Amino acid sequence: MIRTFSYVDVMYLVAAARWTLALTSTAFVGSALLGFLFAIARISPIAPLRWLVAALVYIVQGTPLLVWLFMIFFGLPLVGVSVNPWLAAAVAFSVYGSAFLGEIWRGALVSIAKTQWEAGASLGLSTFQQLRYVIVPQSIRIAIPPTVGFLVQLIKNTSLAATIGLVELTREGQLTAAGTYKPFAVYITVASIYFVLCFPLTQWSRSLERKFDGAR
Amino acid sequence: MKYGLQFRDVFAAWESLLDGVLITLLLSACAMLGGLAIGIACAAGRVYGPGWLKRLVAAYVEVIRNTPLLVQLFLIFFGLPSFGIRLDGFTAAVLALVINLGAYTTEIVRAGLEAVPRAQVEAGHSLGLSGLQVFRYIVMFPALKAMFPALASQFVLLMLATSIVSQISVEDLFHAASIVQSRTFRDFEVYVVIGGLYLGLAFVFRGLFAALYYWTFARR
Repeated sequence: MIRTFSYVDVMYLVAAARWTLALTSTAFVGSALLGFLFAIARISPIAPLRWLVAALVYIVQGTPLLVWLFMIFFGLPLVGVSVNPWLAAAVAFSVYGSAFLGEIWRGALVSIAKTQWEAGASLGLSTFQQLRYVIVPQSIRIAIPPTVGFLVQLIKNTSLAATIGLVELTREGQLTAAGTYKPFAVYITVASIYFVLCFPLTQWSRSLERKFDGAR
Repeated sequence: MKYGLQFRDVFAAWESLLDGVLITLLLSACAMLGGLAIGIACAAGRVYGPGWLKRLVAAYVEVIRNTPLLVQLFLIFFGLPSFGIRLDGFTAAVLALVINLGAYTTEIVRAGLEAVPRAQVEAGHSLGLSGLQVFRYIVMFPALKAMFPALASQFVLLMLATSIVSQISVEDLFHAASIVQSRTFRDFEVYVVIGGLYLGLAFVFRGLFAALYYWTFARR
């Protein structure tokens, strides 16, 4: 018996969006931690470290997210980690995201004039203190608008987790479409929910960009 | 438990993988040409068109950029048949990719167009060039040069994103991988190998774009 696509199904889809948000938050924290390390490594004075991270970033940015998702989903069990879609997705999105977020933040860090480092040094600050008190505070406002833009990409990218069976918004849409035989109505609803999540962030990112641009 | 990686079965299936690479290349080429055409047309409409056209293009760009490509693909492939429009997988994939890339390209081209100083356009007009000539030689050419790097990286990202068309059974490289996987059970090895293949494709595309930039802009 085919059920109709009703109000209840719409509510189920809206409810499934919380898993999209949960995955986005997890992946954002993972990407931020790993991405910050990458950004620091990319501006460190140790050349081999810079090359290593640059190569890593090049490799991640040159392979599809879907491949990372499947590689980690099937690869983690080989190293003895029992894997569920959640863990695989969280790891894959963190690795993939960190390559992009790391580059955004590296760009923000190197955009601060070298004289700022030197000014910090002449005040007797250690390298770490220069980074902590002089460089990072200034680069944050440059980094915020593209970071919000990255968040939008991340929300959209989490839809790929549906392919390894994680029930988030897109997967819930697939299941609902299969049950109701109303794929158009279902996917329009799914797309609208993504739009409602992403559009405010896009606008926010744009207004931040304008604000910080004018302030400089 | 110890697991030894075995790539032999994966490499033995190189013909399937090669077929996949060709489909991925074909898809990417179609999407890039279509996306660029849509992007230029929409950006011109967005910058020079009447108010209603500007709003229409802005709405198109916002709707596409704020929803996932996978959902757009499902909407076209699974949704359109509700209206009697039945597309085969490949056509649906190209359509979704073109519509998606078109929106991103519009934004990039628009930024390029707006960066051309107004005075240069006026200078062109005062030399007696027609509107189309001004657009082609004075606006589009320098604008393309300015936006080329952004466009190239967007195109490479698109080539990688084509991997999701495997979800509607288009036989691209990623689909070939899942076939080889189900035949050999070398799950991890398959995805490492196609990861390498995608990396190679990305490398080739970046090289081609760099060469194109050199031949078109840098030598003048």
